[in-house]
Amino acid sequence: MAIVAQETKLGTFGRPVLAWGIGLLFFFPIFWLVLTSFKTDADAVKPEFLFTFAPTLENYLNMTENYDYWRFAINSVITSVFATAFALFVGIPSAYAMAFNPSRRTKDVLMWMLSTKMLPAAAVLYPMTFLTKNFLGIYDTHFLLILVLCLINLPIVIWMLFTYFKEIPKEIIEAGQMDGVNTWGEIKEILIPLAWGGIASTALLCFIFCWNEAYWTVRLTTTEAATLSKLIEGNRAPEGLFFGRLSAVSTAAVGPIVILGWFCQKQLVQGLTFGAVK
Amino acid sequence: MGRIVLENVTKNFGDTQVIPPLNLTIEDGEFAVFVGPSGCGKSTLLRLIAGLEDTTSGKILIDGEDVTQVSPSKRGLAMVFQTYALYPHMTVRKNIAFPMRMAGVDEAEQEKRIEAAARALNLTDYLDRKPGQLSGGQRQRVAIGRAIVRDPTAFLFDEPLSNLDAALRVGMRIEISEMHSRLETTMIYVTHDQVEAMTMADKIVVLRAGNIEQVGSPLDLYRNPQNLFVAGFIGSPKMNFIEGAEAGKHNAHTVGIRPEHIDVVADKGAWTGKVGVAEHLGSDTFFHVHETGLAETLTVRAPGEVTLGHGDTIHLNPRAGVIHRFDDRGQRLS
Repeated sequence: MAIVAQETKLGTFGRPVLAWGIGLLFFFPIFWLVLTSFKTDADAVKPEFLFTFAPTLENYLNMTENYDYWRFAINSVITSVFATAFALFVGIPSAYAMAFNPSRRTKDVLMWMLSTKMLPAAAVLYPMTFLTKNFLGIYDTHFLLILVLCLINLPIVIWMLFTYFKEIPKEIIEAGQMDGVNTWGEIKEILIPLAWGGIASTALLCFIFCWNEAYWTVRLTTTEAATLSKLIEGNRAPEGLFFGRLSAVSTAAVGPIVILGWFCQKQLVQGLTFGAVK
Repeated sequence: MGRIVLENVTKNFGDTQVIPPLNLTIEDGEFAVFVGPSGCGKSTLLRLIAGLEDTTSGKILIDGEDVTQVSPSKRGLAMVFQTYALYPHMTVRKNIAFPMRMAGVDEAEQEKRIEAAARALNLTDYLDRKPGQLSGGQRQRVAIGRAIVRDPTAFLFDEPLSNLDAALRVGMRIEISEMHSRLETTMIYVTHDQVEAMTMADKIVVLRAGNIEQVGSPLDLYRNPQNLFVAGFIGSPKMNFIEGAEAGKHNAHTVGIRPEHIDVVADKGAWTGKVGVAEHLGSDTFFHVHETGLAETLTVRAPGEVTLGHGDTIHLNPRAGVIHRFDDRGQRLS
């Protein structure tokens, strides 16, 4: 008889239980947030775990007048979309160059890019604020946020694209060169169509990172360019403990990204596993 | 036109020189084959001509024009890769149309040339498939189709048949040869298979470690190999080399004799030995003979069926006039 690993009882019963346990653990805070958003502020501050209450839509209906939700949401969309677009615009040619025409220093350059992520953001908070406020005069503008979000995500974008591009056989690009395309043609006609899946997951991940970014968006804006992160952060204390309202705003802030992620699950998983499985 | 001239071309990868100064002329309409063992620099040489690698020094001329600094897309050459290198996201039709689209050929003309190429290459029924739905042989045909529609100055083939199975290889070999007779365009073909070189080439360039060992027509190389390397590389099975006293009789350091130039006789041959392995192909029989006192193994090709087997004594007679003589540096003695 062939020797095969036997399924243990723990395996058949334990694993699903464990999986559900972990799933619930991660999901519960989100669930609680959504639940709280349907409570009145009075119910929301009660210390006990309150599951039975009279649900209300008031928090959502008053969101616009209480918090000017749409202005923040539009800022979030503008900054995330443009930052992602610019990151791809710079990242695709960079990753292309490094994947198909590597030099002796390509590895070092890639490592250097990643090393910029090692710098604690707080360390450059003062120079950044000083520079943008007093010197460049771009503090609290869309332009600044787009620039910053683009730059902090660029290393990840280039690394991901580089990994995807590496999987394309060099001969296909060379065939393109023999067939008479210039560099731009190689990118447009061959590289982008072939790496489309990879580029889409990179864009998606970059968009999510931009949307969720809080450190810089909170500190480099006041009102003009403030995003949803700023809205949540800014309404934590001043108006007291309006947990119901705050939960509604938070739900509305994470909602779009959760829905986007839900529809792009396949791309996302592919993106996060970095092409480890073919 | 497609006359390609290499003048003192060299190539270094880092500190390693893979192509020492090299001069070569390929005439217009010629079928030139670069052949040599793996790592001899034949593919690098082809890529230098294509422009996919930069030359370290020297000049490459196509029809008298210096193209050394010209990008691959502007050299007017078409290349067929070992891995086919088709565009997987395009249909066969779009793959073949691609170079024409890049060159701005008008649509009606594109369609005409695609139809013609597809007919010549038996691809008419597959034009709307993607490369992933084709067999290896069909893919290679698409790659060739993509090359011919451009009407290039010269075709470059980089081991195009080595991913195909043996039967298909023979068929494609003939198709490419026929295509060459029909188009009369310069072709440069890289292979490690000396049979492909012998059967297809007008001119064979034998390379070793980036050096040209010999250039000549197939039969020229077969009859007059200039050194031991070429003698051993061209011809199948390989030439037998004999050193020592037997070579001394011919006033040479080494003598070479091809397996087909040794006759099997009933008795009283010049040489005798014991059969190690007998390979019966029907049309021929190959004997690997030991204990001859000449070399460890002598390979002998006898036409037809010869019923000797393992352990039998075999009598051999070398034919006169086809013995190749080499000096102690491996160079041919005239």
